[in-house]
Amino acid sequence: MSSTEEAVEARLGPVDQIPVGEGRAFLVGDEPVAVFRPRSGGLHALRAICPHRGGPLADGLVDGEVVMCPLHNHQFSLVDGSCATGADDVAAYTATEEDGELVVRLG
Amino acid sequence: MTQTAERPETEQENPSKTRLVVVGNGMSGARALEEILARGGGDTFAIEVFGDEPYGNYNRILLSEVLANAAGEAVDNEDADGEDELYLNPLDWYDENGITLHAGVRIVRIDRHAKVVYGDDGSVTPYDTLVLATGSRSFFPPMEGMWASKTELTPGVFGFRSLDDATSMLAHIAGDAAQRSSTLEKEHRTAVVIGGGLLGLEAAAGLQAHGVAVHVVHPTEVLMNQQLEAEASKVLRSKLEDMGMHLHLGVKTNEILTDEGRVSGVRFTDGSDLACDMVVVTAGIRPNIGLAMVSGLETQRAIVVDDKLRSVDDDSIFVVGECAQHRGEVYGVVGPLWEQAAVLADVVTGSNPHAEYHGSRLATKLKVAGVDVAQMGVKVPERSSDEFVQFSETGRGVYQTVVIRDGTLIGATLVGDVSKVAALTQAFDSRSALPEERIKLLFDLGSAADAASAADLPDDTQICNCNGVSKGDLVACVHDGAESVSACMAATRAGKGCGSCKGLVKEVVEAALGGAGAEDPAEHYYVPGIPLDKPTLMAEIRSRGLKSVSSVFAELAPDGKDHVGSKMGLTALLRMMWPDDHVDERDGRFINDRVHANIQRDGTFSVVPRMSGGVTSPDQLRRIADVADKHEIPMVKLTGGQRIDLLGVPKEKLQEVWADLDMPSGWAYGKSFRTVKTCVGTDFCRFGLGDSTTLGIDMEERYKGIEGPAKMKLAVSGCPRNCAESMVKDVGLVAIEGGQWQIYVGGAAGATIRKGDILATVDSHDEALRITGRFLQYYRENANWLERTYDFVPRMGLDHLIGVIVDDAEGIADELDARMQETVDRYADPWATDQTEATPGQFHDALPLVPLPQVPIRTSSSREGVSS
Repeated sequence: MSSTEEAVEARLGPVDQIPVGEGRAFLVGDEPVAVFRPRSGGLHALRAICPHRGGPLADGLVDGEVVMCPLHNHQFSLVDGSCATGADDVAAYTATEEDGELVVRLG
Repeated sequence: MTQTAERPETEQENPSKTRLVVVGNGMSGARALEEILARGGGDTFAIEVFGDEPYGNYNRILLSEVLANAAGEAVDNEDADGEDELYLNPLDWYDENGITLHAGVRIVRIDRHAKVVYGDDGSVTPYDTLVLATGSRSFFPPMEGMWASKTELTPGVFGFRSLDDATSMLAHIAGDAAQRSSTLEKEHRTAVVIGGGLLGLEAAAGLQAHGVAVHVVHPTEVLMNQQLEAEASKVLRSKLEDMGMHLHLGVKTNEILTDEGRVSGVRFTDGSDLACDMVVVTAGIRPNIGLAMVSGLETQRAIVVDDKLRSVDDDSIFVVGECAQHRGEVYGVVGPLWEQAAVLADVVTGSNPHAEYHGSRLATKLKVAGVDVAQMGVKVPERSSDEFVQFSETGRGVYQTVVIRDGTLIGATLVGDVSKVAALTQAFDSRSALPEERIKLLFDLGSAADAASAADLPDDTQICNCNGVSKGDLVACVHDGAESVSACMAATRAGKGCGSCKGLVKEVVEAALGGAGAEDPAEHYYVPGIPLDKPTLMAEIRSRGLKSVSSVFAELAPDGKDHVGSKMGLTALLRMMWPDDHVDERDGRFINDRVHANIQRDGTFSVVPRMSGGVTSPDQLRRIADVADKHEIPMVKLTGGQRIDLLGVPKEKLQEVWADLDMPSGWAYGKSFRTVKTCVGTDFCRFGLGDSTTLGIDMEERYKGIEGPAKMKLAVSGCPRNCAESMVKDVGLVAIEGGQWQIYVGGAAGATIRKGDILATVDSHDEALRITGRFLQYYRENANWLERTYDFVPRMGLDHLIGVIVDDAEGIADELDARMQETVDRYADPWATDQTEATPGQFHDALPLVPLPQVPIRTSSSREGVSS
């Protein structure tokens, strides 16, 4: 999937547009990306669509380790997108903060 | 007969010994002594025993055999010594154990300050520890002709309680008859037994064995109603009648007729007479508590004791047996007496000073007039969820029932065939697992088939129908190392859909784990991420003043880590606990609660405005139609809760749709109070008994949006035709004749089907609102996360709920009402308050610019409305 594509980097504006403990969806190139900002710190990016039934991961509940899809409660690691509940894994991307700005890198 | 009451030798020899005095030498007093001696009490105590019957102690249970036994020698003290099993301990036994027995001395008063007891022979006996085992006596109902004087029964009238009673009866039958002519003898051959309980039937059987014609008079239709329910009693009744016993049921005795000072018959309350020459009164027993009362000990039905069997007033005084009242119960059969005696001895001797008695589960097995009867626990199902297995073979005189609650045997009755009593008693006492086919309890218990049901399922059987998890998936999970039910559920998501398969999941996993597996403490946590049950969690939150989800995790979670599956439950809990000042962390909410709409499979949302009681207006309908047109709502649908659902609204359009609707939120998305379904009630319906529409509207207006552990769906029906389906709602009301409302709770007709239980019948609209609110508040405070009322009500027990909510047994009704009122007062319509964004990007779409699996859009065809 997107991992085979060449690296795409996008500057997406201020980090503060993501409330602490939640996620928000962005478009990076053609790729829908959900970026999460857990309370325990850091930023994480996953493909925004749940591989199970297409649920919006950015709407999911988040803790320090996983996001839970709001449709059927599948859980995906924020770090590598792996699923602990039996669905396929989801692609993981890199999200960082640079000068207060959110930067997401695909690939 | 009275032995000396002077200082016992033992004490003179060992002045250092503690003085233990036992008042009462019946079965419980003697048993207590035996238990004390078995713990070495003979070395530490100087023991004196007072018994007002002039015998060694004897086994009262065998009195009926004494009576049935034509030979009356057992009565004679000397003959009985050492041989007859009637005597638990012969007189020698007291000597051998250094116990001083004062047989025939009645203790009349305790001086608790001086620590001495006064005997009716003038003796004064000091004690350090006193044991009261005064037992009970026959109850003689007030009745003309019963008494010859203040203390003497009319000749021919007998109790059936003591050895003296039994021997006098025997003398009356045999002795008198021998002295009389044969014609007079005939007259002495009819007995009336007043009271058809256990004792009465035993007396009746004993007398019948002597060839006496026996009439049993019992005030209800149910013989042995303490132990048996109506059907079981009927079987017993026909057996007894087959044996020639005359039964007068549902009949009361008014008067004992006498002729020349002797019994000549009885007169019933209907005025009819029955001639007889002896009357046995077995109308119940009364604990002997006179001594305790005059000595200033707390008595109610009997002497009130604590868990160490001490009088609640005096730590030096212990009470055991039928004269003891423990946690409201007074026991009249031997099993509990044995258990009490053991605890008492543990405490008195110090062999286990922490021993406590926590009440007994009653199980009786006996032979009534040759009929085997065994009974344990409850007689009949008490809750609608109790299982009841009944087997009746009246031709053979066999009747058997078992009552099961939550998979545990809580009662059994066996009449005629008691072959399964041992296995049943074991299951009853140990609360062990029961065979899936309950009938095996009565016919096939103990076969190797136990726990076979889950283990025998083929691997491809689908266990969880929501998430498509097979038995094989669960078993594989165990083989991969999962050690608990919750671990398997987390890994496979079995049981995480509607939840109705959880029991089966548990069985399969436990079978795969090889038996019960480890007790899974996580089962009791309120949320999985914090290892505390709800009451403990609430106490911690309150004492630490935690008002945000993040602070609860920080203080109470292992390593302070937050947990995704726990956030929603904690958010709901904090909103319930701190209606005024919880810290609103939006990330603790599920998406539905962040945007006040229900997420759909394509990431769009459904919008359901409140339409209280399902009553709408042309104006509302026009507005809804306009909104549907303007926003091109893909589907407009009527919900099961009598409202209108606008489906397929993108998140970013929600605020606009709300504004255009200009209606409040219907909360069709939360773990919250949803709707009140109503029928048309008295306004139009020709059958209506109560104004269900108004009550439903008022109820919804009052409790709208109140959050809880799970959703709450209500209904109000205006008559017992129940068109609003009140019996299958979390709370359902039904108007009945007389201006009253029945309030059902714990009903369901979704993933689980359950008929609600009647919590209360109230007299007014306002009271209906209040009781409903109080129940909901109690549910909010005590139910586990996601525990619907259909699980909560049976878990708490209907009796308990009635006690707390209707009868205010815990004195918390006012507090519950006040806390509910506080929540009601704090209500704000989320659609109005969130017209301005609460968090950045709150209504931004989470799936930008990507074609989604769309819900097919139907074209609506206009049809004639169908009224229901």
